[in-house]
Amino acid sequence: MSTADSARQLWEADATKILVVLAAIYATYLLSGLVLGYSLRGQLNSIASLTFYIGVFATLALALNLHWGYTGLFNIGVVGFMAVGIYVMAFVSKPLYGSGGAAQVGGLGLPIPVGILAGMVAAALLGFVVALPALRLRADYLAIVTIAMSEIVRFTFLSSTFQQFQVPHTLAGDWTRVGFGGGSGLILDFPDPLLALIDVLGLSTVYDGLVGLVGTVVPNNPDPIVHSLVYGLVLLGVVAGYFWLLKRTGESPFGRVLKAIREDEDVARALGKNTGRFKITSFMLGCALMGLVGILWLMGQGAVTPNFFRPRLTFFVWIALIIGGAGSNTGSVAGGAIFAAVLYQGPLYFQNLVTSVFQPGDAPGSFGPAVAPLIANFDPVPFLLYTLDSVRQLQLVVMGVVLIWLMHNRPEGMLGHRKETAAAIPLVGRSEQGERTDADAVGTDPTPAGDASGGERDE
Amino acid sequence: MSDADAGADAQGRSRPEVTDTPLRVEGMSKHFGGITAVDGATFEVERGTLTGLIGPNGAGKSTTFNLITGMLTPDAGTVSFEGEDITGLEPYEIADRGLVRTFQIARELQEMTVLENMMLAPKGQRGERLWRSVLPVARRDVVDQETELLDRVWEILEFFEIEHLAEEYAGNLSGGQRKLLEMARALLTDPDVLLLDEPFAGVNPTLERRLLDHIHELRDRGYTFLLVEHDMDLIMENCRHVVVMHQGRILTEGTPEKVKADEEVIEAYLGGDV
Repeated sequence: MSTADSARQLWEADATKILVVLAAIYATYLLSGLVLGYSLRGQLNSIASLTFYIGVFATLALALNLHWGYTGLFNIGVVGFMAVGIYVMAFVSKPLYGSGGAAQVGGLGLPIPVGILAGMVAAALLGFVVALPALRLRADYLAIVTIAMSEIVRFTFLSSTFQQFQVPHTLAGDWTRVGFGGGSGLILDFPDPLLALIDVLGLSTVYDGLVGLVGTVVPNNPDPIVHSLVYGLVLLGVVAGYFWLLKRTGESPFGRVLKAIREDEDVARALGKNTGRFKITSFMLGCALMGLVGILWLMGQGAVTPNFFRPRLTFFVWIALIIGGAGSNTGSVAGGAIFAAVLYQGPLYFQNLVTSVFQPGDAPGSFGPAVAPLIANFDPVPFLLYTLDSVRQLQLVVMGVVLIWLMHNRPEGMLGHRKETAAAIPLVGRSEQGERTDADAVGTDPTPAGDASGGERDE
Repeated sequence: MSDADAGADAQGRSRPEVTDTPLRVEGMSKHFGGITAVDGATFEVERGTLTGLIGPNGAGKSTTFNLITGMLTPDAGTVSFEGEDITGLEPYEIADRGLVRTFQIARELQEMTVLENMMLAPKGQRGERLWRSVLPVARRDVVDQETELLDRVWEILEFFEIEHLAEEYAGNLSGGQRKLLEMARALLTDPDVLLLDEPFAGVNPTLERRLLDHIHELRDRGYTFLLVEHDMDLIMENCRHVVVMHQGRILTEGTPEKVKADEEVIEAYLGGDV
C-alpha cells in the first residue's frame, strides 16, 4: 500500500516538526534553569505553567486556523466564544445556591461533562447568531461584528442585571438563585474537574502514587505541582485531539470547499457549492472549540471574571497563528507553542529566573529614578532592575515588534506556505498513484468511474 | 456495488423533461442606477449546439451571463432551464441543476493544486458533510469516493492534455493553462449546458485552436455551449447560432450568414450612430 505509506510519512513529518519545536522549548527552559541553579520546585512549576499555556494557545490557534487559515473567516472575537463557553459551563455545573460554600449565586448543579457540552453548544450557537447576518456581507464586516460581539459578551457578564437572577430548576416550579456574578466575578465552586476525571478513570491510586513520588524530591506540599503538571498533560492530549479533528476536517471534501471559499467564494458557488452552509458549519465548529478552550483554561482556576476576556487575548491568539503560519494545522500548534513559550511565558520566566537566582534588591518605583543613575554616573543597575520589573508591560511591546517583523519578513509564518492537501486521499502524481490505475488507463479506454460519468453523455 | 451507488450519487437527479432548448431567456432586464445594462433580452439555446453571444464592449454580454447564472438577479424577465424557472435562484442552485459557467478572467484557486481544483468540482460528494469526513467509519466511504473521483479527474486532465500540471499550484499556471483548467473543472460538475465567458481572451492562437477542438469534441458528445465572445470571426466560424447584443438589447439572432448580412450588426461593430 504505497498510498497508506506515503500518508503515514507525511503525518510523521508533521508530528516530527511539532515534537522538535516542543523539545527545543522544554530543553531551553530546563537547561537555562539548571545552568542558573533554579530550584527544582521552581523548575517544575514553570514547566507546568509553560505546558498549560502551550496547551491553550495551541488549541486556540488551531480553532482560529479553521476560521481564518482554512475558510478565510476573519474572526477577531475569539475571547467572546471562550467567555460564553466557561460562563455557560459554570451556570450549568455550579452547585445549587444554598448548598454551602461562599458563592453568592448557584448554578443548575448538573454534572461537569454536561456543563462542558452546554458551554460548547452555547459558543457554537453564538457563532451561528453572529455568522448568520455577517456572512452575507463582505469578509471584513465579520471582523467588526465578531469584535463587537466579544465586547458585548464581556459587558453582559459584567452587568449587574445578570449578576444574579432566579430560574426554575425543577418541574414542580422551585426557583433557584443563579447568575454570572457581575464585575466581582463568579466563583467556580464545583468539584475539581481534574480530580473528578481521574476518579472516573479509576486512576486515583496512580495519581496518589505520583504525588508521593514527587513528594520525595519536593517534600513540601507536592500536591499542587503534580496537579498542574497532570493538567498540562491533559491539555496536551486535547491539543492532539484538536489536531486530529481539524486535520481530518481539512483533508476532506469538506475542507476542500472551505479552502475554495478562502481562495474565491464566487468560484465555489459557480461550481454548485452552497458556500453559506459550509461557512456556517466551519464557523460554528471553530466557535465550539474556542468555547471548550475557554472552559479548559478557567475551570480549574477557582473563579472567573469578565475582564479576563479583553480583546487583547484575541490578538494573542492571532499572533500565535501568524507565527506558525495560517492555513497549516502543524504551524498552528507550533505557533501556539512558540508564542506561549517565548512571548507569553518567556519574559516572565526570565524575570523569575533572574530574581530567584540573583536576588537583586528592589527596583526603582518609576522611570526617573531608574534612568538618573545611568546618566549621572553610568550605573545601569537601577535601569536594568526597572526594566526587569516592567517585563509585563514590555511583553506587549515585544509582541508588537515581533508581529511587525513577521508581517514584513515572513508573512506566511514560520512553517511557510499552506501546503496541507485538501483531500481524503493523497493527491499525488499518476505514476506514484500505483500501477493499478495506470494499467486500467492503458488497457481499456474508460475506467469504471469514467464509464459511470461519461456513459450517459456519449449517447 | 458501491461503484454503482457512487455513480448514481455523483450523477445527481434525473431530468424532469427533455426539450430541444434547455436554456431560455425571456424579456430579461437589469438596471444599475440609471444605466440599463440589459434591456428585455430574449433568446434560446438549442441542445447540443454552440451558441455564440457577441457584441461590442459594454453590450451587456457579461451582465447577461451573470443574470443567467444567478450572480445577479434580473429586474424583469425570466430564465428557464430544462423547463424550470430558475430566475433569482442562488448560483450554487443553478450550477447544481447542470448550468455551469466559467469566468472571463480565469479564476483558478491559486493556492490549491490543479488536482485540488479539479477534485472540488464534482457534485454529490459525500465528504462535503462534515460528520462523514470526520467520523471514523463514515470516512471510509468518503475515501472510496475520493479514489473514484480522482480517476475521473485524471481522465479529464488527460482529455485537456494538462495532466503534467496536476501537482502544480494553480497560481503558477500560465493564462492559457488556467483557461484549460477552468473548463476542465467546470466539466467535472457534470453540466448539461456550459456558459463560457470569453474563453479565448488572452489565449495564444495555438491554444485557441486546442480549446476550440475540445469544445467541438464535447459538443459532439452532447454538451451544449453558450459562448460570450468578442471576436466576431471566431464566433461566425464555429457557432451554428449567433445572438448579437448591442446596448443591452438583442440586435438580431440567427445563423452566422444571416447575422453577417445584417446591416445593424455591421453598424454596431463599425461604430455607427449610437
